[in-house]
Amino acid sequence: MTAPQPQQIVVGVDVGGTFTDLILMNQDGGDIRIAKVPTTVENQAFGVLAALEETGISLDRVKSIVHGTTATTNAMLERKIARTGLITTEGFRDVLELGRRTRPRPYGLKGSFRPLIPRELRFEVPERMDADGQVVIPLDEGAVRDAVRALLEAGCESLVIHFLHAYVNPSHEARAAEIARDLWPNPYVTAGHQILSEYREYERGVTAAVNASVQPVLDRYIARLCAGLAERGYPRDLLVMQGNGGTVSSTIVSEAAVNTVMSGPASGVMAAAFTARSAGLSNVITYDMGGTSCDVGLIRDGVPEVSSELELEYAMPIHVPMVDVHTIGAGGGSIARVNDAGILQVGPESAGSTPGPICYGRGGAQPTITDANLLLGRLNPTALLAVDNPVSLDDIRAAFGDRLGAPLGMSPEEAAAAVLRIANDRMAGALRMVSLSRGHDPRDFALFAFGGAGPLHASALAAELGIPKVLVPARPGITNALGCLVADVRHDYVRTVNAPLDGVDMAQVRALLEQQIAEGHAVIEREGVDIEELAVLHSADMQFAGQSHILTVPVDMPGIGREALQTAFEAAYWTRFEVSLPEIKAVLVNLHTAVIGKRRAVPLNALAPAAADTGSEAVSRRRVWFADGWHDTPIFWREQFPAGREIAGPAIIEQLDTTIVIEPADRVRVDPDGNLIVSVGDAPEGGAA
Amino acid sequence: MNSSLDPVTLAVIQNGLTQVCNEMDLAFVRAAFSPVISEALDRSDGIYAAEDGALIAQGDLGLPVFVGTMQFGTREVIRRAKRIAPGDLYIVNDPYLGGTHLMDVRFVKPFFYKGELFSWLANTGHWPDTGGAVPGGFSANATEVEQEGLRLPPVKLFKEGEMDEEILAIILSNIRIADQRIGDIKAQAAALAVGERRLTLLLDRYGRETVEAAIGELRVRAEQQMRAKIEQIPDGIYRGKAFVDSDGVVNEALRIAMKITKTGSDLHFDMTGSSPPCQGPMNSVIATTRSSIYLAIKHIFPDVPINAGTFAPLHIEDPMGTFLYAEYPRPVSGCAAEVSQRIAEAVFAALTPAIPDLLFAAPAGTSGNFAMGGHDPKTDRSYVMYLISGGGYGGSVDGDGISNGCSTIGISKTTPIEIIEQRYPVLIERYALHEGSGGAGEHRGGFGVDYRVRLRRGTARASFVMDHGRSGPLGALGGSDGGVNTVVVERGGERYHPPHLSKDQGILIGEGDGVLVKTPGGGGYGDPMKRDPAMVATDVRRGYYTPDQARERFGVVLDPATGTVIEAETDRWRRARAA
Repeated sequence: MTAPQPQQIVVGVDVGGTFTDLILMNQDGGDIRIAKVPTTVENQAFGVLAALEETGISLDRVKSIVHGTTATTNAMLERKIARTGLITTEGFRDVLELGRRTRPRPYGLKGSFRPLIPRELRFEVPERMDADGQVVIPLDEGAVRDAVRALLEAGCESLVIHFLHAYVNPSHEARAAEIARDLWPNPYVTAGHQILSEYREYERGVTAAVNASVQPVLDRYIARLCAGLAERGYPRDLLVMQGNGGTVSSTIVSEAAVNTVMSGPASGVMAAAFTARSAGLSNVITYDMGGTSCDVGLIRDGVPEVSSELELEYAMPIHVPMVDVHTIGAGGGSIARVNDAGILQVGPESAGSTPGPICYGRGGAQPTITDANLLLGRLNPTALLAVDNPVSLDDIRAAFGDRLGAPLGMSPEEAAAAVLRIANDRMAGALRMVSLSRGHDPRDFALFAFGGAGPLHASALAAELGIPKVLVPARPGITNALGCLVADVRHDYVRTVNAPLDGVDMAQVRALLEQQIAEGHAVIEREGVDIEELAVLHSADMQFAGQSHILTVPVDMPGIGREALQTAFEAAYWTRFEVSLPEIKAVLVNLHTAVIGKRRAVPLNALAPAAADTGSEAVSRRRVWFADGWHDTPIFWREQFPAGREIAGPAIIEQLDTTIVIEPADRVRVDPDGNLIVSVGDAPEGGAA
Repeated sequence: MNSSLDPVTLAVIQNGLTQVCNEMDLAFVRAAFSPVISEALDRSDGIYAAEDGALIAQGDLGLPVFVGTMQFGTREVIRRAKRIAPGDLYIVNDPYLGGTHLMDVRFVKPFFYKGELFSWLANTGHWPDTGGAVPGGFSANATEVEQEGLRLPPVKLFKEGEMDEEILAIILSNIRIADQRIGDIKAQAAALAVGERRLTLLLDRYGRETVEAAIGELRVRAEQQMRAKIEQIPDGIYRGKAFVDSDGVVNEALRIAMKITKTGSDLHFDMTGSSPPCQGPMNSVIATTRSSIYLAIKHIFPDVPINAGTFAPLHIEDPMGTFLYAEYPRPVSGCAAEVSQRIAEAVFAALTPAIPDLLFAAPAGTSGNFAMGGHDPKTDRSYVMYLISGGGYGGSVDGDGISNGCSTIGISKTTPIEIIEQRYPVLIERYALHEGSGGAGEHRGGFGVDYRVRLRRGTARASFVMDHGRSGPLGALGGSDGGVNTVVVERGGERYHPPHLSKDQGILIGEGDGVLVKTPGGGGYGDPMKRDPAMVATDVRRGYYTPDQARERFGVVLDPATGTVIEAETDRWRRARAA
């Protein structure tokens, strides 16, 4: 044991697809340590412990560890999930298989769908609630017991209870869960309404089934990790990142395991929100480009947008509130080819990491976005083409010439330039759709670029979209780990009201919100996490009578009233659609409450790279292609950019985990936190079309 | 290629044009009131050529059946348009003028760039009602189009940006649930306004000449791409047949005879021998007939982009004198939802032997329209409830078909049961897989839906427009047909079976009465005797089939105690069947 001292060390550790990243800092700003170790796929805990070991910190000095894990995401995507049974309303066991089915793609009548719970493990019991919450058929408790026993006998480890209209009257569901818990040998019993109290039986049922399916997986993983941490002398509780961008105590995380399923991208957005706020930017689009895809999120007025309508994959909706991250199928490994029509196409096929781009030398033969960047000097050839690597720049040039240049009548370099242009155009289009579908104009935002390839494309993309500013954080490669470090404790609650606004009892609305706040406070108390203050956010989902889509508007609690809601909704509707409909009544659909326990802020400026002794001169120069042609371009190291430095493009700034391209018309300066702020000089009029 | 066009600009403009349409689609669907538009996505937005309405671009998620119709409809508006000015907007739903059925209301707007007509922007949206004999417009026994609803020739609903309140009043006086339609009208017009703004930006950026050159070039390229796909089909003549249960009035099946001749990179479609025009609403206007063939081909070759060039290699003889070439005043409400899917099925059936790896056995192929209009004494309000449902898809070389897939011509989601029960005085008592309905095959068809609705209060009238009640969706390459569609109405303790099986109208039901619907399963693909017996055992364990069905349809004998395959007996059964 070291000498007693106030524990000020906080740790964020994020498990990504390839690497496990860790950042550790003293809350006073000193003693920053960063670790990067390979992710251990089979048991992520090994990687996490190895990363901690690499820092050399003595764990009894650590005040908190916040962990972002993909354990549940991977379990879902690979279907390595617990054997789960369902007990549901008589007549409805097939809801989870029939869904609200469309088809996987608009054209083509092939494709497949596998329900999370196979039919032989879906049992029905007599019971029925109507839409007003009145009992139509009483719960047959004996049938519940029989079903529970049968599912246990069938080897189920987890159980879902999902009854129709439980969102309006959960009494049957609650009673059935009580009966089941008496018989079930472990805590893995999920009652649908406890995870999500919102109408739509398929979405609520799938969300509950996902929860049950990953609960044991998460529980085992967290137990292993906690045991490992305790063995190494960590005396406190582990916090786990959730998809809503908040953390939860490891002691209760598996109760709502579904909340962790999409937590990976959420931490990146949380870090972006924190960093951007500190840099004085409140409206930000986050852009995280990796090897196979880009994740795009939106931050408005400093707060990441949250959605309850995400789909993990085809027909797999997860309707708990989550940071709204949209994945676009374009990454460094996206393949470029000339299609049957003789048109150059980039993606959606990806070379992934195996075989990967040609330059990886793992047998990839098809030109990718990464190869194009290399050929055009935007990536450093000496860094990427390692000595033992059988691939040369000439090999890549030949591939671009043969596969793209020849059919298009272009030189290999022209073909590579065309690949970038089309890739940027596609990504810009997708970014526009993401912001538009949430009702925003991208020109009102700054672009926050991270991930291995984000800063490589960000300036060009911003120009394409008419975005005036790009922010590249001090440590783009550990953004997710930083997200863990800065995330607050957060719990979300949704309740369906679904009544015309003029008929809603506002006293009841207030009572409902109060109840949600009380629930949140109780949970935070139970967790016992050290927090500085409590905050509460309310919002309301609204629509005009007769519509099915909803618009979410923020709500101020003490002053909540019918008129304020109506006005806020009409204003939001006008902003979004430029349509006003005074002739139609508004409906209050759902009420949301987020209870947030704010943790102590970390001093970001500690992250700024220490100034290097290499001076401010370019470390080298090389020929780099930009939209207006080749430029002899200075190459810098990121360490040469202390706070306050400002230069004009063109320039390339390299750091260990990314490469930042500054376009010729841009200027870049470094802010006090060490972020690069790029002023985009060449936005085409009106942005992308 | 035009000198101002480099390959990059071409690709970027292609993307840009589609993006304009996607943004129109998005604006329309998010602001619409009609659940058929906002949830079922029964809408489409596109850009059409100034001179002839030829398709320039359409959104990625437009309703498939509108793929071809909108250019025909726009062409008819162009022919009739006089003195057009910026801000004008035509409304039209006349089926005979390049349309589908009356419920598909089209907005067509000239698009001016720097004071000159550049192109047309148009969208179609399915309104929940446009008047006529029954709520919702699907009158199963209409014999004239007038019974189906209000028919609008192209009229200017907006003149230079101002809505014509008088025309609006005529429309709203002739349709049901009129109070919400103003929301749809504003949404539909706002979507075209989005298109105008985005297309203007695209032209500002690349210049009119370059964009025009790109549009011409993209048309050539799409044709080239489609021809490359067609060349995979061996030259020859291919025939397929499909049957519509009845027209709703005369209880006889309607035949679609599809002869496809493939030579080089062209496909010729000849529907001679199809049934003559029918009395009931199962006639198809020519625009819908053509579009059904287009969408069938697009389902087979999904990755060809859509513009006027895409369909240039498809040559369709006008099927004059058949029910697939409806003329005024033939009723047509069933053409977009049902007949279109039978036409596509005939195309699939014809081409499956030629390109078996690309195709699939027939999908359920019905929209499953069940409409019920009544009065709820508790709320003292009248209502119209619609239920649509999917059915099984056919098996393919890739595997079994999915269960409860949406209609061939749609991309719609079904409405949640909890929402239906909130809005209407019904209790849905069962919503289950239609067991046994998947057509047997090496890769079996997916399953249809089996549901039961009970009326809790008041009285109501039930109407149905479905299909595949006489015979199930076709199996392919030795696979069996999928299970048929059935409708039963339980009233006053008796079971009523509609004489036309899948179509009926205005059936009066009262408190406690019920409606039972089972939708079709998909066709099986390949010889069912070749299906892996272990997979059949799993299907039986899941209750998809009974042990008897396993033996009869797949030749698989299971141990009654354990449910496992008895291999010796299975071999014996399968050998006996082969002999």
